[in-house]
Amino acid sequence: MSITIDARGFSCPQPVLMFMEAVKSGNEKEIIVLVDTDTSKENVSRAAENKNYTVRDIQQQGDEYRINIVKD
Amino acid sequence: MTKNFFAGRWGIICVGAVIGILAGILQKMGNPGNMGICVACFERDIAGALGLHRAGVVQYMRPEIIGFVLGALIAALSFKEFKPRCGSAPIVRFVLGVFAMIGALVFLGCPWRALLRLAGGDGSAVIGLLGLAGGIWIGVLFLKNGYNLGRSQVTHKSAGLLFSLIMLGFLCLIFLYPQVAGENKSGVLFYSIKGPGAMHAPLFISIAAGLVIGFAAQRSRFCTMGAFRDLILFRHVHLLTGLISLVLFAFVTNLVLGQFNPGFEGQPVSHTMQVWNFAGMVLAGLAFALAGGCPGRQLFLSGEGDGDAAVFILGMITGAAFAHNFGLASSPKGVGPHGIAAVAVGLVVCLFIGFTMRKNIKGV
Repeated sequence: MSITIDARGFSCPQPVLMFMEAVKSGNEKEIIVLVDTDTSKENVSRAAENKNYTVRDIQQQGDEYRINIVKD
Repeated sequence: MTKNFFAGRWGIICVGAVIGILAGILQKMGNPGNMGICVACFERDIAGALGLHRAGVVQYMRPEIIGFVLGALIAALSFKEFKPRCGSAPIVRFVLGVFAMIGALVFLGCPWRALLRLAGGDGSAVIGLLGLAGGIWIGVLFLKNGYNLGRSQVTHKSAGLLFSLIMLGFLCLIFLYPQVAGENKSGVLFYSIKGPGAMHAPLFISIAAGLVIGFAAQRSRFCTMGAFRDLILFRHVHLLTGLISLVLFAFVTNLVLGQFNPGFEGQPVSHTMQVWNFAGMVLAGLAFALAGGCPGRQLFLSGEGDGDAAVFILGMITGAAFAHNFGLASSPKGVGPHGIAAVAVGLVVCLFIGFTMRKNIKGV
């Protein structure tokens, strides 16, 4: 199962809270988070690693980032 | 994971160290006691310099604040992180800024100064920091229950630059109307001739320190409110390591410079009415948490183009004017005549904001 979270326009801690919500549901093998600031990119990536997820890649699309996170 | 050194553990520790050391040095060079840097006090001094309040002892166009914003702007432009954005409930952010400032001025310091007061030996700082953590804890409860102020929108580059341009304008005013010894006014600017507002490091040292801190803090996302919030909300200690580093390095700098004086009584620019030290910082902490950043962080965000953070700061400057015009701010003698009422009103307003501004933000 893959899920996409659109956290664009939200400032911290909202993107991390939204990511955690998806983690809590527990069923998602792959979580894609869309963010638009470097701070959110770093915070979500750090939160993912804390939760034993792996940041597979981060694609930059214009001014936005698409963070691809997978469960270990 | 990231190429940004400052966003890593050693990066945030270094930034905390830089702030702590520079704060100690700025105090040695002339800034007030345990106030090498205080975002709330310095914005209050700026409100005074502009004549928005007429408390003669706290009027000075603090160059550090200007440096913080411009340093963050330079960092954001250099690393392609300048992101002009605005429109996430600006009126709410303004009101939160007003009451954040009022709470901070009842305690007499922003979170940075609370840490610097601790590092200088002021025991009352512990009470203030406990209040700060308590206020942030209440904010976290709201966050867990869906509180948020909605998305911001991408805006014009020039809109993102506007707050930095205001700071540049303030810098021009300092050069146009420099301080004249013994005079309380130079052109349009007010200058304190006694009190904390009269105590300041030389202009160029203050600007340089402000630029360095603004640059480093933008890169590291240093935030004192975030440090407590992330600990309570996520059990993350990343930002907290920076905060601890700030206290330790400020403490060592104070020891080296002979600025460490442990005790509760007679500490510089502080009072010992502990209930109100605590309550003032509960209000400030809650307002910071609801607005998403401590006063320092809001300055750095506005430098990188965040118009909502800029509105929060304008709220703080306005709050400082209210605080001194209405007798809400504390002094070394204790709380102001209407300080207690203002804390109560502020808490009611913040609770109203926290309870009523919830949205489904699943975003999925």
